[in-house]
Amino acid sequence: MIALKLAIRNLTGAKLRTFLNAAVLSFAFVVLVFYMGLLDGWNRQSKLDMEAWEIGEGQLWSKSYDPFDPYSLQDAHSIILTSYNSEIDRGNITPILLVQGSIYRQGTLINIIISGIEPKQRLLKIPSRVLKSESKEVPAIIGSRFAKVNGIKKGDYVQIRWRDKNGTFDALDVEICNIFKTNVSTVDNNRIWIPIKRLQEMSGLLKEATILVTSNPNIDMPPTDWIFRDKKYLEKEIDNIIFAKKRGSIVVTILLLSIGLLAIFDTQVLSIFRRQKEIGTYIALGMTRMEVVKLFTLEGSIHSIFALILATIYGLPLLAIIASTGIPMPSAVDEMGVSIGEKIFPYYEIGVLIVSVLIMVLAATTVSYFPSRRIGRLNPIDALKGKIK
Amino acid sequence: MREAIIRLESVSKLYPTGSGNFRAINNISLVFTKGEFCGLVGPSGSGKTTLLNILGSLDTPTEGTAKVLGRDIGKLTHKESAQLRNYHIGFIFQTYNLLPVYTVFENVEFTLLLQRKTAVERKKLVMDSLEWVGIADKAKSMPAQLSGGECQRVAIARAMVKRPDIVLADEPSANLDAENSIRIVETMKQLNMEFLTTFIFATHDEKVMKFLDRIIHLKDGMVELDKIINKTS
Repeated sequence: MIALKLAIRNLTGAKLRTFLNAAVLSFAFVVLVFYMGLLDGWNRQSKLDMEAWEIGEGQLWSKSYDPFDPYSLQDAHSIILTSYNSEIDRGNITPILLVQGSIYRQGTLINIIISGIEPKQRLLKIPSRVLKSESKEVPAIIGSRFAKVNGIKKGDYVQIRWRDKNGTFDALDVEICNIFKTNVSTVDNNRIWIPIKRLQEMSGLLKEATILVTSNPNIDMPPTDWIFRDKKYLEKEIDNIIFAKKRGSIVVTILLLSIGLLAIFDTQVLSIFRRQKEIGTYIALGMTRMEVVKLFTLEGSIHSIFALILATIYGLPLLAIIASTGIPMPSAVDEMGVSIGEKIFPYYEIGVLIVSVLIMVLAATTVSYFPSRRIGRLNPIDALKGKIK
Repeated sequence: MREAIIRLESVSKLYPTGSGNFRAINNISLVFTKGEFCGLVGPSGSGKTTLLNILGSLDTPTEGTAKVLGRDIGKLTHKESAQLRNYHIGFIFQTYNLLPVYTVFENVEFTLLLQRKTAVERKKLVMDSLEWVGIADKAKSMPAQLSGGECQRVAIARAMVKRPDIVLADEPSANLDAENSIRIVETMKQLNMEFLTTFIFATHDEKVMKFLDRIIHLKDGMVELDKIINKTS
């Protein structure tokens, strides 16, 4: 308690030196929290987008469906159970039929997945309402990235080719009646969305689907050709990416923390030389060497507390503003094929904040302790004379 | 006869050098009694400061025994010697050694904090101590705002605030002008008489010597002359 009191007194007495150390450390901390918030915000946004655009609260997969094997698509379809019809009508299940196909654009044959979706569905954010068309033409919607890469505009006619259930090639012109923007690449890249009924007719897979997206994670599932995949399973891939991203962020975390901790370490090392008379005086006045070590270590730790206070004063409002306004992403990022929103809203998890605070205090204490250990070995007479080298 | 509070028996201090050992003090035997106002006098390198450091348990003898208040300095642990200094020995340094970020009050209060005295006790003792040395009005000042004489008064107050048995002063007047030197020594003399605190100086200041009851001349680490000038009792 006395050491704490003395350490605080020493630091407050050192005014500018303490402020500069705390300022550097607080800056590193705010940047660190911002960076981690940015990653978490990006991750959270990715998951929310994925749920909104693609997976809902879970999916039922046709038994043969394997998203990583395009050749499996030909057989990846099953009859939609009649017991699900009422749920489909209520909008709690959205059937999607996937059929492999191709388009010919700009002199290139491009493999696509023709995706049939119920136009009246509201479960996913895909703007399928525009697929309600009374005309003979087959209406289609595509994602903006796919449109841009292949030079497709709204109102264009695109000829699609596919094989029906018997393996016979067929072709048809579809009208692009809407181009939607999404952050989820799997509903955009090489996908053409048309009404499911039209695709069922075109492929001869009447009343069949590949995927049933559901809004009910506890969907009643009789033993059939369908396999339920919960959100955890469907988000496994993105979870792995997040995990890899977070692991990579450790390097940045270490670098950021090092900036602030270096200032403390430097101060501590210099202190032992600059304050050696003071150290000798402490010992002459009755402190043990270990008490002086403790005092100097505490001074280093308290720098981190001061840094936290400082970070709260200017960092908290700053981070809160950024979290509410978001950070606009340059369009170049999107052009590089990275699925990212127009804005990223940083998200600060309380657990991450607490861990960050603990890491900072612990690290500050450690970097303060190592130089301070030297005090335990020094000769108080040399210290009093200022003779420590 | 007053009680002996310091006993040195054949004390030597050797420092290793490139060509063997250098004897900073050589076979010194001395006794200091309670209430002495005594000076270690001698040229530079005669061993004054080394002897003070041993008496203050900042250093240990290489040979012989040094007993302060019955404790053998050579056998004390770091903690025990720190406690001895904290409760029984006050230090006054040539360069004052005030803690620069503390006020005068806090500088004087420091040792009492280590003794875990209550805030009320500390305040009374510190203010009393500052009154003795005549700088109670500077309690809130920072050391940088004080003159050399005032700084040394703070150092005396800091040494005396815990009512120690022994005060060790290493060249206390070396950085002061003649007038301030005399005032400082007069103050210490008064405290010596009032509290029967043993004062041991390392000095070669003639002005200080005039006030001493006992002068121990050191030369080349040995006692050349031990002269009692004026007994206080």
